[in-house]
Amino acid sequence: MTCPPTSWSIPNFPKMATSKKKKMPVREETQDVENDSAMAVPSSAIPPPNISSIKNKMRRTQEFIKLKRQRRKEKKELQKKKKREAEALGDEAPPKKVPRTIENMRVFDETMVDPQDEEVLHDEAHDEMASYFTRDTRPKVLITSSDRPRSTTTRFLKELGQCIPNSEIYYRRGLDLKKVIPQALSKEFTDIIVINEDRRKPNGMLLCHLPDGPTAHFKISNVKLHDEIKRAPKSTEHHPEVILNNFNTRLGHTVGRMFAALFPHDPQFSGRQAVTFHNQRDFIFFRHHRYLFKNNKRVGLNELGPRFTLKLRSLQKGTFDSKFGEYEWVHKRHEMDTSRRKFFL
Amino acid sequence: MQHDDVIWSVINKGFCSFKVKTKSQKFCRNEYSLTGLCNRGSCPLANSQYATVREEKGVCFLYMKTIERAAFPGRLWEKVKLSRNYEKALQQISENLIYWPYFIRQKCKQRFTKITQYLIRMRKLTLKQQKKLVPLSRKVEKRERRKEQKALVAAQVENAIEKELLERLKQGTYGDIYNISQTAFDKALEEEEVSSESEAEEEKEEELEEEMEEESEAEVEYVEDFEESDISDIEDGDKFSTTDLER
Repeated sequence: MTCPPTSWSIPNFPKMATSKKKKMPVREETQDVENDSAMAVPSSAIPPPNISSIKNKMRRTQEFIKLKRQRRKEKKELQKKKKREAEALGDEAPPKKVPRTIENMRVFDETMVDPQDEEVLHDEAHDEMASYFTRDTRPKVLITSSDRPRSTTTRFLKELGQCIPNSEIYYRRGLDLKKVIPQALSKEFTDIIVINEDRRKPNGMLLCHLPDGPTAHFKISNVKLHDEIKRAPKSTEHHPEVILNNFNTRLGHTVGRMFAALFPHDPQFSGRQAVTFHNQRDFIFFRHHRYLFKNNKRVGLNELGPRFTLKLRSLQKGTFDSKFGEYEWVHKRHEMDTSRRKFFL
Repeated sequence: MQHDDVIWSVINKGFCSFKVKTKSQKFCRNEYSLTGLCNRGSCPLANSQYATVREEKGVCFLYMKTIERAAFPGRLWEKVKLSRNYEKALQQISENLIYWPYFIRQKCKQRFTKITQYLIRMRKLTLKQQKKLVPLSRKVEKRERRKEQKALVAAQVENAIEKELLERLKQGTYGDIYNISQTAFDKALEEEEVSSESEAEEEKEEELEEEMEEESEAEVEYVEDFEESDISDIEDGDKFSTTDLER
């Protein structure tokens, strides 16, 4: 029962006939109330007054709260009713409606990879990372940073070094990356990771697969180090398992293979460590966990090591060459960020 | 007519467009100024005999002005290219400014030294790695941060990891490490059943065979009478075990 708000009446009075309302001194505007003076019009025909036309803020908020409460109640009743009907029908009940999510509504991407696609398989058997997957080469990773790194970045480097087995950390002493690469090649490194730093925080990562492999440039955000994660146990030297989630497009496949090529082939299951690269809406979430199977339906996860998110900025064929390199994919903000449902990885 | 003192008195006390005043210092913004400070001796307007050293695109020149050319502003400044060799250039300065006041000579040499030093530094810096500064758009960064948060919520990373690990367990990538594996357990159970069934079948067959044998060899055997159990056995009732009772 809604009464038109008046300054002196208690709002819970039952609704009177409209003619009587007209005589009451109304101080606020009630333009939206239809005045049918002759007959007592049923209350359902009169639209309730607009709450936003109440000038007094306190009373306006109260009316709004009431309205919301009522709406919520109606919604709950409707839901209950639907549920009852569905149960009553049993098997004949209409199927549950699936809510629309951004992942559901994703724009169709023609580069989505079908796992049995022969062309893709053929390509992948002959791409730069193929030598890792055929077990011809073992991964050996060189981790470095930009010049003069700050404490956060050095700690991040150390943690990465712990997380990735068979990795070595070198400090950049003002060397050009193009000069670092031949040195690394001579020492038989398979990958270079360069963490770029800005304002005392790591903000970019360059992942270069070495014997003329692709170079991927990522933006790093939300870095949480081992010390910042509460009650994080220490990681051990065991080779972790690698989990790659949602790398579906052709580009995603390449990036996923690059990540996989960082870690040694045979994980040591006794260590029970798992490294995850989870792609969601073009953001790659990196996690490092120790797992424990409680029974065959439940797993317990304990987070170790660093946690950060990556966003791919560009993928370049060949080793690092920003001027003359051939870019396979570059993220152009104005062109590619126009649709909320279009993703590339 | 060139009256330096008059010019100076007008500029100094009146207005000079090249003068920049700060709380403690007066600077001269004139491009031909030797020291850059606003003084009677280093003002290029108030000195009819003046010299400077300036550099253009890495090449240093000695500029000189004399009172004879004061009437020809187009030809006022004499430009001498200085040698790339530091000592030779200093000698050139001394030669060209021979008989000039000591102040101007000294300041020219000092200025030249400073110029060569900063040119050296510039050349060294270009060889080192240059940091490329990329401008950030605040709006875009804010949007991306928000998108990341939403993506994190939608991702449910832990659940995805758990699912994946359980799938790997099911598929048996871990082998026999985890005894809890249902499939392994089931398999083991099945194996036991199979083996027990086969054993039971074998036993049955054996029994059948035995029975057959017995029937075939049906001979009358004379067996002793059952003897009553000795009292000694009954008295050892404590030592009875369940297995004995079952027998």
